[in-house]
Amino acid sequence: MTLDTTINDDVRWTTVCAYPRLEPERGVAALVDGEQVAVFRTHDGQLFAIGQRDPIAGAYVMARGIVGSRGEAPTVASPLHKQVYDLRTGHCLDVPGVAVPVYRVRCRDGLVEVAPGHRPTGES
Amino acid sequence: MNERTSQRGELVVVGNGMVGQRFVEALRSRDGGGRWRVTVLAEESRAAYDRVRLSAFFDGVSAEELSLHQPDDGVDLRLGEPVVAIDRERRRVRTGAGEYPYDALVLATGSYPFVPPIDGAYVDAGPDAIGPTPALRPGVFVYRTLDDLTAIRDFAKGRRNGAVVGGGLLGLEAANALRLLGLGTHVVEFAPRLMPVQVDEAGGAMLRRYVEELDVVPHLGVATTAIRSRPDGELAGLTLSDGSWLPTDLVVVAAGIRPRDELARDAGLTLGERGGVRVDAGCRSSDERIWAIGECAAVEGTCYGLVAPGYAMAEVVADRLVGGTAAFPGADLSTKLKLLGVDVAAFGDAHGTTPGCLDVTFTDPATRVYAKLVLSDDARTLLGGVLVGDVTAYPALRASVGGPLPGPPLALLAPAGDGTGTGSGIAALPGSAQVCSCNGVTKDQLVDAIAEGCVDVPGLKACTRAGTSCGSCVPMLKQLLAVSGVSLSKALCEHFAHSRQELFEIIRVREIRTFSRLVAEHGTGRGCDICKPAVASILASLGNGYVLDGEQASLQDTNDHFLANIQRDGTYSVVPRIPGGEITPEKLIVIGEVARDFQLYTKITGGQRIDLFGARVEQLPQIWRRLVDAGFESGHAYGKALRTIKSCVGSTWCRYGVQDSVGLAIALELRYRGLRAPHKIKSAVSGCARECAEARSKDFGIIATDNGWNLYLGGNGGFRPRHAELFGTDLSTEDLVRYVDRFLMFYIRTADRLQRTAAWIEALEGGLEHLRAVIVDDSLGLCAELDAAMARHVGAYSDEWRDTLEDPDRLSRFISFVNAPDVPDPSITFEVERGQPVPAMGERRPVTLGLPTTMGVPS
Repeated sequence: MTLDTTINDDVRWTTVCAYPRLEPERGVAALVDGEQVAVFRTHDGQLFAIGQRDPIAGAYVMARGIVGSRGEAPTVASPLHKQVYDLRTGHCLDVPGVAVPVYRVRCRDGLVEVAPGHRPTGES
Repeated sequence: MNERTSQRGELVVVGNGMVGQRFVEALRSRDGGGRWRVTVLAEESRAAYDRVRLSAFFDGVSAEELSLHQPDDGVDLRLGEPVVAIDRERRRVRTGAGEYPYDALVLATGSYPFVPPIDGAYVDAGPDAIGPTPALRPGVFVYRTLDDLTAIRDFAKGRRNGAVVGGGLLGLEAANALRLLGLGTHVVEFAPRLMPVQVDEAGGAMLRRYVEELDVVPHLGVATTAIRSRPDGELAGLTLSDGSWLPTDLVVVAAGIRPRDELARDAGLTLGERGGVRVDAGCRSSDERIWAIGECAAVEGTCYGLVAPGYAMAEVVADRLVGGTAAFPGADLSTKLKLLGVDVAAFGDAHGTTPGCLDVTFTDPATRVYAKLVLSDDARTLLGGVLVGDVTAYPALRASVGGPLPGPPLALLAPAGDGTGTGSGIAALPGSAQVCSCNGVTKDQLVDAIAEGCVDVPGLKACTRAGTSCGSCVPMLKQLLAVSGVSLSKALCEHFAHSRQELFEIIRVREIRTFSRLVAEHGTGRGCDICKPAVASILASLGNGYVLDGEQASLQDTNDHFLANIQRDGTYSVVPRIPGGEITPEKLIVIGEVARDFQLYTKITGGQRIDLFGARVEQLPQIWRRLVDAGFESGHAYGKALRTIKSCVGSTWCRYGVQDSVGLAIALELRYRGLRAPHKIKSAVSGCARECAEARSKDFGIIATDNGWNLYLGGNGGFRPRHAELFGTDLSTEDLVRYVDRFLMFYIRTADRLQRTAAWIEALEGGLEHLRAVIVDDSLGLCAELDAAMARHVGAYSDEWRDTLEDPDRLSRFISFVNAPDVPDPSITFEVERGQPVPAMGERRPVTLGLPTTMGVPS
């Protein structure tokens, strides 16, 4: 097993897959520096990455949730008990005070890259 | 353990009619401490049934469906054991079988049909005649019990004409029964109009026009003076008081009822002036240990022949026996019924007997609607009224009796469509107004229930019992929900303003094949976990092929996405299909080997198959490769789809079985496998009436009979268990399959998201009858389409797991990490419990039972 890691802009980016590997409105799980990250591609081609762990159920399942929208927010619903999270902020829109971590993600040269070490939640 | 502790009282209930049954239920629900041991002694050999709907028997409703019996281990119900005497001194009642001591005795003996002394009505009734009704001559019947109806039905075979003596409520019911039996029908009524007690002259005239249209011939203002026979003993006809002769082969006497008070009379209890056990407002007789309820009781001297006052009495006595002080509130004698297809209602002072009262009437010969309101002399207070032909306004009007009018009189009377329009009626009602008179539920109680979270009619029914008896107040319940601000929006979610049914039609008619197009043209945003799986299910139902192709994959909930059931730790469970629960030893061994090799936890499911737990996403294809190679296919345990068709072993092995239940279950499971639906669908087939497969708890359940199959629809276990209702009897296998096909397809087309069949049928206007009309009589002209849809499903079925394994693209989804597909999720760990792997989770606590203890021995 090799995990492809590049250093750029003082950030160590981990390549997780080729962009076309991501199905629109579906997630995949990736291992980024030992952390489990859920990476999503929305219908308009944007990328989002959040923690794979469902903070309410404690299981690592978020990438398997249904992607959609609530109002303006792109969302994913936990596949276990369907709480909805804002993909931009990680905030749970159904349970106040609950959030998943958010990771930086980008597409470069057709490759999807995630930066390990999640940002504080609540910032877009 | 000593069963007779001094704390408990012996309660004996005489009679198991509607009121007797309601009393037992009411008492048992209040007597949480088990203060009373209850024995019910009943004359009829059948447990309580719905006498109000008795005539439905002739519409094909079975005795079983009319049953009101609620099994209760705390009640000793003895059927066919009438009480013959009460010994008040020793506080015992005697039956043919023995004696029963009582501390409290409740008489709920009901009434018997009154047969006037018509010459020729009886077999020579000697002084020895037993019971209140001496033997009637063959061909003369009364209309009271299921046995009476069965006898009428049997006698009517091969005969042509029937006459009913009595043109009241019961008489018209009987007339309809004779009609349905194919007899030319006459009604003889002494009063100058039909239903003289309920409706006034003009209402009676309107009623007569309806009745005549149905070829029922009324003979009004005449009495029956004699019943004559032919020399061969067959009935010849009736002599009427105007000298005319009415030939007939059969006579039903429906001339009223009389209270069954003979036990009380013999025991020396005080009776009412016109009979009935005289009781006070607490329903207590002249003996403080004896109570009387229902039609046998004369509450402060008055007997009531309707079920609602009887229910009220039942509640009063139940309350008193647990120390309460409830009193009979007085009776609401309002009636609403459908007689011979005509809606008739009368309420309050229908005949305008209040001094100085005013009438407002409305007659429309075109629509044949007649309505009358009786108002107080200042025209402000509603006193009563009569409605014939259109009774939409009845619930609101009845609840307004004694209060201000809920609107301008003519606006109230004019036919108003579906009655759910304005809601002005219910909004104007005072909180104390009784909305459901059958169960005594007030507007305030309903408003409270809504405030506590009831959001629909089934919810209100469950919380308050309102609308569960005659159902006439259901439109009011809908109004009340509407005016209470409960949104009855059909919108699926924020992305679609449509109900599932509407979306189904849009997708079907416009041939939409993708969610993207649907949401772009008919919705907003990008969907969510509610609308996406619903649309995926609709697309699947409409035969869109493999459920994970193209964009459809992104619509599926994780279970459908991975064709397995997600568990609490993020692993999945695997359920291969085992049709009918029948499996060969070879296949059992394969399941065992797979479970052993992948270290899966195994458990037998309630649907007669085997669930394998603890599979990681990336293991699913390997597991299924082994299963598919051994001949297994997907069990669809993960889908809103047909799950299993359970069976008992049936006639192949069982000495009681009368049909091959296993064979049918397998054939049906293979026919409907993979069928996507608004919710899961379960079924079972039992090989005889012992019902070992528990078919009546299923969405469609089948029970073998000597002549074919009985089909039951709309049952479920789960959160709100429901018994399925009998839909058809003695069906051939061909008819059975046809009806099930149409039932399933109609359900799939029209049900709401996550609405199981029971709730769906409940929500259908007209319920099971409507369903019967649609799928048996083709009332909507849909049957050909439904049949074709099922044929498409059966023809297009393909095993999803086999399809998945054959396609590398599809298999590529089954990975743990996109950048490390061979690394198992490190968060998934197991520990061992009872020899099997289970999720290792800190907070989970296995159940242990500690040391055995001796139970129930008092110190």
